[in-house]
Amino acid sequence: MDKPQFVYVTYISTSPETLWNALLDPTMTAQYWQHENRSDWKPGSTWEHRACDDKGTLRLVGKVIESSPPRRLVLTWAAPADAALEEKHSRVTFEIEPIGEVVRLTVTHDHLEPGSEMLQAIKKGWPKVLSSLKSLLEVGRPLPRLW
Amino acid sequence: MLPMDMDGVFRALASPARRKLLDTLRAKNGQTLGELCTNLDMSRQAVTQHLGRLEGANLVATIRRGREKLHYLNPVPIHEIYERWIVQYERQHLEALRDLKRKAEGA
Repeated sequence: MDKPQFVYVTYISTSPETLWNALLDPTMTAQYWQHENRSDWKPGSTWEHRACDDKGTLRLVGKVIESSPPRRLVLTWAAPADAALEEKHSRVTFEIEPIGEVVRLTVTHDHLEPGSEMLQAIKKGWPKVLSSLKSLLEVGRPLPRLW
Repeated sequence: MLPMDMDGVFRALASPARRKLLDTLRAKNGQTLGELCTNLDMSRQAVTQHLGRLEGANLVATIRRGREKLHYLNPVPIHEIYERWIVQYERQHLEALRDLKRKAEGA
């Protein structure tokens, strides 16, 4: 097994179920990610990541590999132009683990092409998205102007 | 202790050796303890101790791969510092400049 390229961790004062829902519910992702995540979230299904603009611009596509609510979600992750090229899809794993009164969210991103635009984009993106998610769930306010 | 408080993050960052360790992980993510010792020219004991502090502050995340423990730079708390201690101050500066501009243009 090759080693993951990026591992991001945040501790959020919430329940695993609320956090799970915040990853999948487009009305929630719209608030802290400024994008809507859309899928039926069944293994094998596709998922989409669309900007909350007038056109709902498609930004990312992929497939649901594993969905074990409220603990583990594995997705493939690609630019829409690479939708048909599965060898170019990267992989994101969300792991939710309750620790006392808080929940640890670990996001692992791997299978990224070295030097790719996607790699640069996710490096900038994940810390913002996760800080914004934590802020929304803990104080009811996401970070403004993420992108 | 849960690595949630910002004091812990600032304390962890208040050491040149630990900042160097973070830079080493930024250059190459997912290193083992052995690799870090070689790349940092520090004793195993010192690196272990610093890694413990960084992990406690959630600046380093670890995962196990077989017998190896891999260390990853976790920039999420640094982003929280940025949001709390940089963006907010910047915003005040920008607002002050805007007010100054309004006054100057109105005069």
